[in-house]
Amino acid sequence: MSRELSLGQAVNEALQIAMETDPDVILMGEDVAGGGDRTGDDVDEMGGVLGTTRGLVKAFPDRVLDTPISEMGILGAAVGAAITGMRPVVELMFMDFIGTCLDPLLNQAAKFRYMFGGKVRVPLTVRTVTGAGMQAAAQHSQSLYWLTAGIPGLKTVIPSNPIDAKGLLLAAIRDDNPVVFCEAKMVLGSIAEVPAGDYEIPIGEAALVREGGDVSLIGMGATVPMCRSAAEQLARDGIQADVLDLRSIQPLDEEAILATLEKTGSVVVVDEATPRSSVASDIAALCVDRGFDFLNTPVKRISAPHCPVPFSRPLEQAYIPSIDRIVETVRGLA
Amino acid sequence: MELDRELLIGAYRKMRTIRAFEEKLGELVTTGKLGGFMHLYVGEEAVAVGVCSHLDDGDAVASTHRGHGHCIAKGVDVAGMMAELFGRATGLCKGKGGSMHIADVEKGMLGANGIVGAGIPLATGAALSAKLKRTGGVSVAFFGDGASNQGAFHESLNMAAIWKLPAVYVVENNGFGEFTPTEFVVPVKDIAVRAASFGMKSLIADGMDFFDVYAKAGEAIAFARSGEGPVLLECKTYRFAGHFVGDPLVYRSKQEAEEWIQTRDPLPLFEARVTEAGLVEADELREIDREVALKLAAAAQAADEAPFPDLAELTTDVYFEEPRS
Repeated sequence: MSRELSLGQAVNEALQIAMETDPDVILMGEDVAGGGDRTGDDVDEMGGVLGTTRGLVKAFPDRVLDTPISEMGILGAAVGAAITGMRPVVELMFMDFIGTCLDPLLNQAAKFRYMFGGKVRVPLTVRTVTGAGMQAAAQHSQSLYWLTAGIPGLKTVIPSNPIDAKGLLLAAIRDDNPVVFCEAKMVLGSIAEVPAGDYEIPIGEAALVREGGDVSLIGMGATVPMCRSAAEQLARDGIQADVLDLRSIQPLDEEAILATLEKTGSVVVVDEATPRSSVASDIAALCVDRGFDFLNTPVKRISAPHCPVPFSRPLEQAYIPSIDRIVETVRGLA
Repeated sequence: MELDRELLIGAYRKMRTIRAFEEKLGELVTTGKLGGFMHLYVGEEAVAVGVCSHLDDGDAVASTHRGHGHCIAKGVDVAGMMAELFGRATGLCKGKGGSMHIADVEKGMLGANGIVGAGIPLATGAALSAKLKRTGGVSVAFFGDGASNQGAFHESLNMAAIWKLPAVYVVENNGFGEFTPTEFVVPVKDIAVRAASFGMKSLIADGMDFFDVYAKAGEAIAFARSGEGPVLLECKTYRFAGHFVGDPLVYRSKQEAEEWIQTRDPLPLFEARVTEAGLVEADELREIDREVALKLAAAAQAADEAPFPDLAELTTDVYFEEPRS
């Protein structure tokens, strides 16, 4: 059985299943209960700033913890809880806020297993909202998955649709490593038929979501639907595109990237983040380093410009990679 | 105070082990045998031992860059620690952690820590685990006066207070944050008063006096363990050595340091107290000194002779991986 769910609802369902199946799973974050334990006819819970965790505190009153607005304290305590028997899922409201709490991820969670000689596991999941598209401006719109992906010891995933979101989140929570789970704003409301029940999508496996032999469009999170739409437009001109959804930024499915490159000889990477030290640049380097003999055209990167995310609607739209840019870039390869 | 002979002898052995361990390290670094950054706990032994005497393996401790004393007090294997500091495969962390990252989670030792204040939220999380899992465990964060200026300190104490966590925050006020005197950077005389802003119980102990630390820590830990909430325990102590081995110590008065070392050393103070009370004979303590010295010499020799990690270990243990079936 499957029902139509948004990505946010799929996340909620995954959290519900994770908590039902493992009593050690706890949710921590600002407003994740959001008044849910108050009573009164005119009082209801927020369930997070975007309502993603709504309903969970009523089902699991002891395990959904509203925290103070203290990201360093929350993340640090979650790491401490993770190494002493809990399996915490932290909501970092927006990934931009990582600036206030990077240490527990960078120097604690990511490094414990290594520094302690393999004698500890850190089963921590950090759910966080990323990306532009809501006019949330420069401090609530960044795509910083490149940052956590570059820290050895952390895993970073970014689903593009509700089905993957549910399976990836269940896999992330049950993973014995710290995993950063990015919820890209532009796909948070996307709807799909989501299978009911408990299933996982393995972390580290990309998905070839469209097949075509002429060019490879590689996307992640919100840029995957853009790649698919661009592929449909290009198909009308007789250009058939592979679309590869990375799903996981670290581990990166290098074999899937090289396989699509080998098939098409042309790669366009579409990345919502800024271009310096980016996933797009990393993939371009991979294609040149390990796939040079397959390349028929230069590897193209479509990224945000090297600037903060603007507020004004037309500026924000110009900032975000677009279907038109993808189509034009592919046409320019010919 | 119920202090039986066995407890006193055990406490002395731990304090002497810490002192001898640190002196051995100082010697090994100075002679070029050991590398890396080394922060010695000399002078502060009564704090770690006075607190940890109330803990068992089910209780958690988060430590600092000056962590050897906490490890030894918590019962971590000294030979494994020594091998770790030599960077050998036989080290507690396979030689991958070193001085600032010694950990033994099985013994409730959540790690020394190279980031000032980082252990405070970790201990808070361990206290949350203990509360949610109803283990009866208590979680202790050791940290310095310097760390009490970190946001992590304030955020953690606030969270522990609202959730009434079984946590004890032990601030070792040793007079210096690295090289800067505490009074330059802390506007209050007693760091313990900072607990008041969280409605939290606080206590102050003479950190050079094992008996005072033992009593106050006992009160704090019993309070936290009973579910009444967290406690901030300030132990006034003094860092006999520099911030790190090799510190030129130009920033503090030699006379001040000498006074502390000559008149406030926790080991002679302990000895005077127990021998005058007729609880333990001085000869027994000398015997412990000899045993400890032999044990550490053997540990250092074994560590020195142990193999370095295989180079293939460079990239292992980055992630937990399910065993392949």
